[in-house]
Amino acid sequence: MTPNTETLLETIDPELMERVVSRRDALGSVSKRTLAVALASAPLALGVLAKNAFAQGSLPQGIKDVLNYALTLEYLEAEFYNLGLAAPNLIPTATRPVFQQIAKHENAHVALLRATLGADAVSKPTFDFTARGAFADVFTNYQTYLALSQGFEDTGVRAYKGRAAELKSNDAILTVALQIHSVEARHASKVRRLRGQKGWITSNTTDVAALAAVYAGEQNTTQAGVNTAAFVNANAASEAFDEPLTAAAVLAIAGMFIV
Amino acid sequence: MSNSTASPGAELEFLGRLANATSRRTFLQWAGLTIGVAALGCGDDDDDGTGPGNNPGVNLGSGDTGVLNYAYALEQLEAAFYIKVVSSPYTGITAEETAILRDIRDHEIVHREFLKAALGSAAIAGLSVDFTSINFTSRASVLGAAKTFEDLGVSAYNGAGQLLTSDANLLVAGTIVSVEARHASAIRDLLNPNSMDFAGDDVVGATGLDVVRTPAQVLAAADTYVVNTITANQLPTS
Repeated sequence: MTPNTETLLETIDPELMERVVSRRDALGSVSKRTLAVALASAPLALGVLAKNAFAQGSLPQGIKDVLNYALTLEYLEAEFYNLGLAAPNLIPTATRPVFQQIAKHENAHVALLRATLGADAVSKPTFDFTARGAFADVFTNYQTYLALSQGFEDTGVRAYKGRAAELKSNDAILTVALQIHSVEARHASKVRRLRGQKGWITSNTTDVAALAAVYAGEQNTTQAGVNTAAFVNANAASEAFDEPLTAAAVLAIAGMFIV
Repeated sequence: MSNSTASPGAELEFLGRLANATSRRTFLQWAGLTIGVAALGCGDDDDDGTGPGNNPGVNLGSGDTGVLNYAYALEQLEAAFYIKVVSSPYTGITAEETAILRDIRDHEIVHREFLKAALGSAAIAGLSVDFTSINFTSRASVLGAAKTFEDLGVSAYNGAGQLLTSDANLLVAGTIVSVEARHASAIRDLLNPNSMDFAGDDVVGATGLDVVRTPAQVLAAADTYVVNTITANQLPTS
């Protein structure tokens, strides 16, 4: 068993489990644990997992707002990677597995958030990944595509982090958000390295002027009142902590790509 | 270090001979190892010859302090590991690998020192580590251990978020965990470049979610590498 599955097992509503297991038993013998694994590996099934955590009717508006905010970003990322993988001669064969993996995760995040929000899920916006012409060759020039990919992943990390505290009233949803957050960071590190950059963010610098807002504030070297530059140096201190972004800052970045 | 010298004078003489007899690079490696060992906080135990059996147990405590001490324990372990990795590079290490491992070492030192400062008088003592199960001359052994430590760290912070009560502490944990995930991605990619392993199916399930572990699961996994007995039974459970 992976820890992932263990956690999901713990969060599955017992009544729901009894109902589903009974139904499945009519079709053939299936153990509770086997079913749990099957459920845990099916994104759409997550909408019915953990009744208290995910039943959309019982979610406070504040949590729905954060999840819809996250869903908007995931829609953006998923479509960006789906279009990129479909674009001819864009992503080199050597790195296709990287983008297939990222696309798989972003689509899973969309499915998970939509299932969690149910009827309250926002619709997918219409995207313009050229940002009104600023990145006109996004789907024909791999370097442009990589630059935007990096921007989206680094933004995603900052976005989830910035609103985690608003999910504190619901442990299960907070934990799911953190589990998405670290996946975005894994993506960001790999895409940055594909561009010849460090996997981590040094200060607030960027080689893509149009994406400067993605890195605003990353030069911070004070955490909880502690001067973190004193331990190794300022660069290490800025790299060692990924800074949050406010919702307004994230929406301004995303807004560049929403029609 | 097991090298014991009779006096400071003899030590200087030995260092001088070492510097003359070997390349500057080798000398710096040796010096780095010395600093590394001192930074682990185990120098005193070794010097007075009490051995690992006398390392005091540590109690993480309760509430947010306990959770931060839990993080501090993990960061101590990670920092000690990378200090040793950088001070005694494995056979055939590349310039890219050296740069990545040095950066990660620095980040883990910053995390460790930050948490120690933030905890103040509530901080647990410096832990004594045991890396005898790792072959530091072997790339596969070192990067394999690095992968284990980074993935473990990510899952630990992911599980600790819900245990924290203060918004500020939750934010701090969030600012650290994504850097651990960046590390994990880079280490995994060194082991299997440009594959899906940077965020492999073994750590990111079909639902697109990273691993989450409880403190009990994490401390059990870390136990091999920590000499001190860590008591975590006062940590919050939700």
